[in-house]
Amino acid sequence: MEGTSKVIHAMYTDDDVLMAAVKKVRAERYHIEEIYTPFPVHGLDKAMGLAPTRLAITSFLYGLVGLVVSIVMIDYMMIEDWPQNIGGKPSFSYLENMPAFVPIMFELTVFFAAHLLVITFYLRSRLWPFKKAENPDTRTTDDHFLMEITAGDNVDEQFDILRNTGAVEVTLIDKAH
Amino acid sequence: MYTISNRLKTFSIILIVLGVLGVAYGFMTSHKSLEEVKTMLVEEHAHEGNETSVSEHVEGAENTVSNHADVAHDDGHAIHVQEQLAKRPWSAMYVSALFFMTIALGVLAFYAIQIASQAGWAPVLYRVMEAISAYLLPGAIIVILLAVGSHYIGHHNEIFIWMNPEVVADDKLIQNKSGYLNITAFLIRAIIFIAGWSTYRYFARKFSIAQDNAEPGDNRNFKKSFRIAAGFLVFFMYTESIMSWDWIMSVDPHWFSTLFGWYVFSGMIVGGITVIAMVAIYLKGKGLLPMVNNSHIHDLAKYMFGFSIFWAYLWFSQFMLIWYANIPEEVVYFVSRIEDYKLLFFGMLVLNFVFPFLILMNSDNKRVPWFVMMGGVVILVGHYIDLFVMIMPATVGDRWYIGIPEIGSVLLFGGLFLLVVLTSLTKAPLAPKGNPFIKESENFHY
Repeated sequence: MEGTSKVIHAMYTDDDVLMAAVKKVRAERYHIEEIYTPFPVHGLDKAMGLAPTRLAITSFLYGLVGLVVSIVMIDYMMIEDWPQNIGGKPSFSYLENMPAFVPIMFELTVFFAAHLLVITFYLRSRLWPFKKAENPDTRTTDDHFLMEITAGDNVDEQFDILRNTGAVEVTLIDKAH
Repeated sequence: MYTISNRLKTFSIILIVLGVLGVAYGFMTSHKSLEEVKTMLVEEHAHEGNETSVSEHVEGAENTVSNHADVAHDDGHAIHVQEQLAKRPWSAMYVSALFFMTIALGVLAFYAIQIASQAGWAPVLYRVMEAISAYLLPGAIIVILLAVGSHYIGHHNEIFIWMNPEVVADDKLIQNKSGYLNITAFLIRAIIFIAGWSTYRYFARKFSIAQDNAEPGDNRNFKKSFRIAAGFLVFFMYTESIMSWDWIMSVDPHWFSTLFGWYVFSGMIVGGITVIAMVAIYLKGKGLLPMVNNSHIHDLAKYMFGFSIFWAYLWFSQFMLIWYANIPEEVVYFVSRIEDYKLLFFGMLVLNFVFPFLILMNSDNKRVPWFVMMGGVVILVGHYIDLFVMIMPATVGDRWYIGIPEIGSVLLFGGLFLLVVLTSLTKAPLAPKGNPFIKESENFHY
């Protein structure tokens, strides 16, 4: 077994059947490695027991970074470094001229929050150009749903359970590492 | 079916009684004779003088200037202050009356939007919205009575100076606007607005209840309700804009702003949604709205969050455009507010924007009733201050104070609002069971 591990692929053609199958498989205490679906299935993450995402929290923090960057930048350029009189705008302190800076503060906050969030998402889900697709079966991008579970000692029993959940196709796969 | 508990009824009547006492006190103490005002001013200056001798020299310099003016200070100043003092109880009542009226109007607009957009989540809350909007008719009539009453009752204490013929006589700017700003036109417009809004509210309520009693599958009343909601929204957008010029912006008849109507609207809708959420949470706490789940509260809280930001966006757009261009005839509006109302003017930005922004951003917080309640109280206080800062600088100027007349007025109209809303809640079952979207709404889950 060294170097390889066995997994079972169960194929479904309906997301409702898949949801029921996920609940059944989890009740049987088999470990679900991964599920491949052609579109987001509402509530699948809850059924699988996945932890909620923390991307929103990172986005908030990135927004704060953007706000600080904009404040420090404008304060340095407009107030500290070269405080000119431009059309009578008061440049004695940051606060006095702040309304004029708010559009930039807002945009940079949004810019940082949005772009760093997207980059975080790409890093966390390992997505980049020229990445080799990890799809075990091309049908899962069209109209099939695939559940991958770790093969235990009693593969036949697992096969029976999966067939009973409505799987249209169950296969044992040797995964080379 | 909801029944008002005796405790709540007594509570709102106590509020009204306390409010009447406060308002009466305000009227009794506000009408001072010219002599009294003069002695008051002299005392004030003597007091200020004492302070400056102790405090920093910068303040001292300022006061020397004003003391010099005092030497030459004539009756004109005293008369001006006398009028400001006389206007205070009227303005205090007007701000409170507007505050509760705009909440009811905001709720009515929100209700019409939900019906016209065929929202699937909202029907379980329709009866709450209908009940709150019941205050619109009495509330709007009170606003008009106060606006016009301040001109006809008493002497030189009108909230709107363009109603005072002596002021208009030597004011070219107001004379040029008198084709629009005169009492007859003001009343005609007000009657059109109030009649239009109340007619919509009357029929929407009627169709909503008729839909309850209709045969299953008979959606005629629902369709009628949909059509009038769409029509009302068009009417509302026009009348709300004009209402904000008439009832709020014209306290400063020398000043104008184009996005003022939207600004007033953003304030009223955020106040309205907040009150919907608070009433729904209260009723749910009593076990009377079992079909409202925390996803509904979450949705309302999202609206509170979003419209708070919308309010801040409009507030800032109006402020920044005028501040940036700094055209004297426009900027006096903000100069007077920043000079005399600094704490309120910027404080309400914290209450209406920063606080809801930080508190209601988290998705989990929006499901927690006491969090939404707390955010709601802050938003309502902030919205009251918003109206206070719109009206008061034009009527009482730097003679403002949040004292007995102001608090009394809030209690008076707050009690009345509570009484009208709760009475209206008792008149129909809390679940609009005939609504075609009711099933979807009951199962709403986010």
